[in-house]
Amino acid sequence: MELLLATAVGVLTASGIYLILRKRTFPVILGLSQLTYAVNVFLFASGRLAVNAPPVLNKYADVAYTDPLPQALVLTAIVISFGMTAVIVMLALAAYLSSRSDRIDMGPAPGDDA
Amino acid sequence: MSLFLIVALPFLGVVFPALLVRAGRDASASAAGTATLLALIGLLLHAPAVLRGEVITARIDWLPNLGLNANFFLDGLGLLFAGLILGIGLLIILYARYYLSREDPMGQFYAYLLLFQGAMVGIVLSDNILLLLVFWELTSLSSFLLIGYWKHLPEGRQGARMALAVTGSGGLAMIGGMLILGSIAGSYDLTEILRNKEAIQASPLYLPALILILLGCFTKSAQFPFHFWLPHAMAAPTPVSAYLHSATMVKAGLFMMARVWPVLAGTPEWFYIVATTGLATMLIGAVIALFKDDLKALLAFSTVSNLGLITMLLGFGTKMAAIAAVFHIINHAVYKAALFMTAGIVDHEAHTRDIKRLGGLRHLMPLTFTIATIAALSMAGLPTLNGFLSKEMMLAEALDTTWNGSRLVLPAIAGLAAAFTAAYSFRYIAHVFLGPKRHDYPASPHDPGPGLWLAPMFLAVLVVAIGLFSQALVGPLVKAASYAVTGGDLPEFKLKIWHGFNTALFLSFGALLTGLALLRLHGGLERGWNAMPRPEAKTIFDALLRWIAELSRTVTDRLHDGAISRYAMIFVVFTLLLAGYGYFSGTIGLPTRDVQDAPILPIIAWFCLIAATALLTFLHRNRQLALVLIGVVGLTVSMSFNYLSAPDLAMTQISVEVVTIILLLLCLNFLPKGTPVDSSLGIRVRDGVIAGAAGLGTAGLVYALMVRDFAFPTISEYHLANSKTGGGGTNVVNVILVDFRGFDTFGEIIVLGIAALVIFSLTEALLSTRVRAYLLNRKPDWPQSGDAHPLMMVVATRVMMPIALMVATYIFLRGHNLPGGGFIAGLIASIAYVMQYMASGFGWAAERQHFYYHGIIGSGVLIAAITGIGAWFNGVPFLTSDFGYFQIPPLEEFELATAMFFDLGVFLAVVGAVLLALESLSRLAWQPGMVTEHAMDINPARDDPPEAEDPAQTAVKED
Repeated sequence: MELLLATAVGVLTASGIYLILRKRTFPVILGLSQLTYAVNVFLFASGRLAVNAPPVLNKYADVAYTDPLPQALVLTAIVISFGMTAVIVMLALAAYLSSRSDRIDMGPAPGDDA
Repeated sequence: MSLFLIVALPFLGVVFPALLVRAGRDASASAAGTATLLALIGLLLHAPAVLRGEVITARIDWLPNLGLNANFFLDGLGLLFAGLILGIGLLIILYARYYLSREDPMGQFYAYLLLFQGAMVGIVLSDNILLLLVFWELTSLSSFLLIGYWKHLPEGRQGARMALAVTGSGGLAMIGGMLILGSIAGSYDLTEILRNKEAIQASPLYLPALILILLGCFTKSAQFPFHFWLPHAMAAPTPVSAYLHSATMVKAGLFMMARVWPVLAGTPEWFYIVATTGLATMLIGAVIALFKDDLKALLAFSTVSNLGLITMLLGFGTKMAAIAAVFHIINHAVYKAALFMTAGIVDHEAHTRDIKRLGGLRHLMPLTFTIATIAALSMAGLPTLNGFLSKEMMLAEALDTTWNGSRLVLPAIAGLAAAFTAAYSFRYIAHVFLGPKRHDYPASPHDPGPGLWLAPMFLAVLVVAIGLFSQALVGPLVKAASYAVTGGDLPEFKLKIWHGFNTALFLSFGALLTGLALLRLHGGLERGWNAMPRPEAKTIFDALLRWIAELSRTVTDRLHDGAISRYAMIFVVFTLLLAGYGYFSGTIGLPTRDVQDAPILPIIAWFCLIAATALLTFLHRNRQLALVLIGVVGLTVSMSFNYLSAPDLAMTQISVEVVTIILLLLCLNFLPKGTPVDSSLGIRVRDGVIAGAAGLGTAGLVYALMVRDFAFPTISEYHLANSKTGGGGTNVVNVILVDFRGFDTFGEIIVLGIAALVIFSLTEALLSTRVRAYLLNRKPDWPQSGDAHPLMMVVATRVMMPIALMVATYIFLRGHNLPGGGFIAGLIASIAYVMQYMASGFGWAAERQHFYYHGIIGSGVLIAAITGIGAWFNGVPFLTSDFGYFQIPPLEEFELATAMFFDLGVFLAVVGAVLLALESLSRLAWQPGMVTEHAMDINPARDDPPEAEDPAQTAVKED
């Protein structure tokens, strides 16, 4: 299962970075979202994987619990990344509406490869 | 009064003048005056003890690990300076009340002044050099505000900028020097450093530390060659000049030299750097002052010269010279403040400060004339006035000191400087007040009201009184301050007028006579001076500044050319290189954990995720499809969280997913629906290789992490063990969020709120530009549904609303013990609202929404803060939660925890932020006529007449 998760994180990262290197705002936003998933899952995995061991204390039985700390960190990270995405979306929109172009590179000759 | 309070009072006072200015200028001035007066009284209460030789201290360990402590101490030197700062500050506040005109924002002026005053008091009372540096920088900043107070004058702005550039860069050098000093002494506490003279002077870092600290002092105290900023700072209102350049700002450098005198002085390096700089500055300042026609420029260069005098005395390194320096600091502050104020009065009444346009004012302004004459004669060094006493002490010291083997250099130059000082002092009297009355003043000058002359008059009385009764009036203060400067036994001394017929006396009289002669010859000398080519400091400074700006612009333009994709690529590649270096140069241990088997379910999820990601990457040009695919990715991720024992994460992720997709859809409404091909195949392959390498590295890293045990014991055990007993909840994740790491969460909801406000204000800004017209006239670029508000959806969302809200409440309430909590509940509630927006349109829903989202965000943050503060009343740290178990008969026993209020704050902040963000985006789509009276396009309640009599009328109705 560790291998599945690791490859998934790798694929998400690769996809995120590829999209971030595109030249229009929308793919970059998508890439950031992908990267966010990858990073969140990465952080979560630092608590190691466990099945059927939620960190909710059980007063009837002595059961195993997974590491709660990365979960708490990732929870706030998810919400914050929503805030970040929203701001970036707004910036992209404002830039597009003001300049009628959704290119992210400012350059003397648009279209030139950087 | 505690030293903390003395330092804090001016800062506390900052707000009042600004607030009270609406109640009138008198109220504003008295508020500033009260704060200063209270601090002064507090200081004077300590005076008897300090004059007896005690040192008052107040200590708080602030950041002891960094050596930064809020320690203050008050010794003789501190008392002298703090007394000057607060005492003259009080007079300036009175003077400024009548000096500033009705158009000047007085509240602002006093706020800046008190800020500056507090920073100055902080410098002179700090016992910790790091704290001192903070105050030091604060004086640079607040003096910038004061010098540039008349924002409409270009000279004011330029002068302020120049002062900030020079004193600010000196401050940077000072920081370096102080840090070196602290590391040699092993402590950042001044009292500790002052005890380590031998260690510091023996250290190889002594010279660098000395030079850096002196750079700070010389720039602040306008010593040659950094003197040029001071005359340009004269563009400030006169009260500012009188304050900054007589008693405070420029004396800060002298104060620092006096403060570190016990450990740094006495070496040849100190003597040659400090004494020589002081000597040069004294002469140069005095000579230039004689040829300045602007009253304030004359006084500015005279200040430069006097500061040079004091610097030189400190540089001599002998105890008697230090005493003379301390005494001259007092005398100069008193007469120079008076002189600046009289210059201000002349300017105020005659509307000019140009000496060439003045003269004969003694008939018109007898009172001002008297004050100015007393102060100027003191500056010239006329016997029985206070300036004479310290100047004679200076000459006596100069006669006793050899410079590079010569006994003549110092007395000769000092005497020459004294002669020029006498000359420009006489000129101040003769060319402004004496001579025939003129008829071409720009205004009709006369003596001002008492508000303007009271303060300088008081100082003029002091000039005479200190001159006559020096020992009685300031003797003990000079002694206490000199004791602090020299840090040890003082030679016996008595301040007195008559020292007998000695060389210093002859030198004094010689200087006075030469001064008179120079004044007689002034016209000729001035022609010669004007014909002489000389470097203009401002031109050099401006050229230097232009060159630096040009250089940084070139560098920035080259590096920061807006090719954001390239920045991102460089960043990724560089990170990869770092990681690769780490991987190939290090060793990796063996796995210590077993790999878990994967049942069929995770394998299916994995295929889903990989397929969706691959499709997204290759088909991202179709933006709508991309949104669907990223939704699949998000769902898979949240399911995985659920499978891997993280129910809270799963719920958060899935609700964030919904909101994010709605957000992206809203955004896509305006953006192009497809992404064109921008890069060649080669570029895409290159990006693919980079991305692939990054993915491979990340995968390897996370895999290596997961198959190994923790390198260090985790702190998670603590959370598991204390969640129920300490936080009162069984859902450990939630308890961590609202209790153990509540401060993080508190910060996070603030960030979220700020993000929403940023989006709101961007929308506002956008809608106030031409974009608004474009949006209003925009035609949809894809086919619209004929039925914008479908009946089925409206009905369904209406039914869903209370259910969704109930679910949110349930999730919220159970959050402390079972998966759920404020974040998730907030997101669910937001979705319930957003559904209404989607079903019936933005306008319809907004009309029925009676709460401002800003207020919801604010109340959320406030509730969280109040809950946190409530813990203080319980005697525990911020945000420590309390809980108890209660029983109301028909119900089972239940638990109430203060953490729930905190969670309520989180809930409200999340709801407000999400809705404000989405609403702002929706506002862009608003077009006239969109607000419909009905919730849906078809009105099921309408009561159409069974048979339409007039087809035309029916058509109108249906519109």
